[in-house]
Amino acid sequence: MPPLRVATTDESTTGRMVVPAARGDASALLVDVLLGGGTPDGFRAAAAALGARYESNPVDVLYDDDAQLCLTLLYELHLQGIDGVDDRWGWDPSLVAARAALEQPFDTAVRAVAADRVSQARSGFGEDVVGALWDMTAPTREPGLSDFMASDAGLEQFRELLIHRSLNQLREADVYTFGIPRMSGAPKSALLEIQIDEYGQGRLDRMHSRLFATTMRELGLSDRYARYLDAVPAVTLASLNALSYFGLHRRNLGALVGHLCAIETTSALPSRKYSAGLRRLGYGSAATLFFDEHIEADSVHEQIAVRDLAGGLVDDRPELLDDVLVGSAACLALDDLLGGHITDCWSRGRSSLRS
Amino acid sequence: MTIEMGEEVTITVCPDGPLLVRGAVELVGADGEPMDVQRNVIALCRCGGTRRPPFCDSTHKKRKSRRAEQSARGKDEGGEP
Repeated sequence: MPPLRVATTDESTTGRMVVPAARGDASALLVDVLLGGGTPDGFRAAAAALGARYESNPVDVLYDDDAQLCLTLLYELHLQGIDGVDDRWGWDPSLVAARAALEQPFDTAVRAVAADRVSQARSGFGEDVVGALWDMTAPTREPGLSDFMASDAGLEQFRELLIHRSLNQLREADVYTFGIPRMSGAPKSALLEIQIDEYGQGRLDRMHSRLFATTMRELGLSDRYARYLDAVPAVTLASLNALSYFGLHRRNLGALVGHLCAIETTSALPSRKYSAGLRRLGYGSAATLFFDEHIEADSVHEQIAVRDLAGGLVDDRPELLDDVLVGSAACLALDDLLGGHITDCWSRGRSSLRS
Repeated sequence: MTIEMGEEVTITVCPDGPLLVRGAVELVGADGEPMDVQRNVIALCRCGGTRRPPFCDSTHKKRKSRRAEQSARGKDEGGEP
């Protein structure tokens, strides 16, 4: 893995993503295209071949570094952008077609890992989306990763966890903002009410992404946007890509809302444990503020997200019920895969990051 | 912060959850001092289990799932829930 203790900065954390190292033939071709060297049609053919490889076993695409990195880069063209890359690539027809070829198995995979939770919710709660979401995201009694972080994790393990989360947290809330222009009425105002809080009521120092940046610096990590992209494995990127996939396609609006519900409803209780773990290691409120803020904020947000946003959206558009459940279940399932990867690596005494 | 005339404060009761308070309220702590309220909507604990009183910290969800589990176990064993 790259050196952890790099020069840290208090500068903007919303810079562009630095072009990462390729992880296979397709991402190598894509990097060439983005830097002005290759032809988009060559990459398009490679992406189509890579996507086709997962036709019969789509879930495996979640573990394919080459495919996941390609998706991350293609989505990033629509988010903070990529350093030195012309933003017009975002709507290049060949790159859009290549993305669709990779999204095909990715969509199937995301639905497959979500399927058990969705069918359980449907059989237990029928059309009651609010009841189904509370049940799906209810805390479990078995100790999880957050319990380990509270009582046992060392500093390096906390750093690894922050690195896995940094790709999304340094732009926390941004992808859900795509939901605002795609809704009207009550669910739109519910989403806005949450987002205003996420963005610190417009105060930069209270913006949640900035609080996360502070925690990273406090732990001796760089808070530069996507600084650790090369260090995170495919399964981390898959989790990130699922959110982008939901956010960038209007047809995935229900899934985007479900995803937000899963995030908000599974945040407050673990945040308390992360905060306790950092205090156990001797860190003060500068490091724990991000987590402390989420204990209170997400206890508010989860009510608004489940009842007003998801409930309101499904009231308006009942046909989105299953999409909302899929988005929520996919978020939880992908988080489980990542948590499983981290726990598995640590139990073998290894880093959960790429070397 | 004082409540301006005409400024609306609403309190929403969340089933099995907190009270959501929207609007410009002044929250006074047990020591008589005003509390720092940073957000537009606050959630006040209704279950009594919060560790950040008076704010909700989602503890009610743990209590609820524990109750559900106990009642399920009660049924499995044919005993009282």
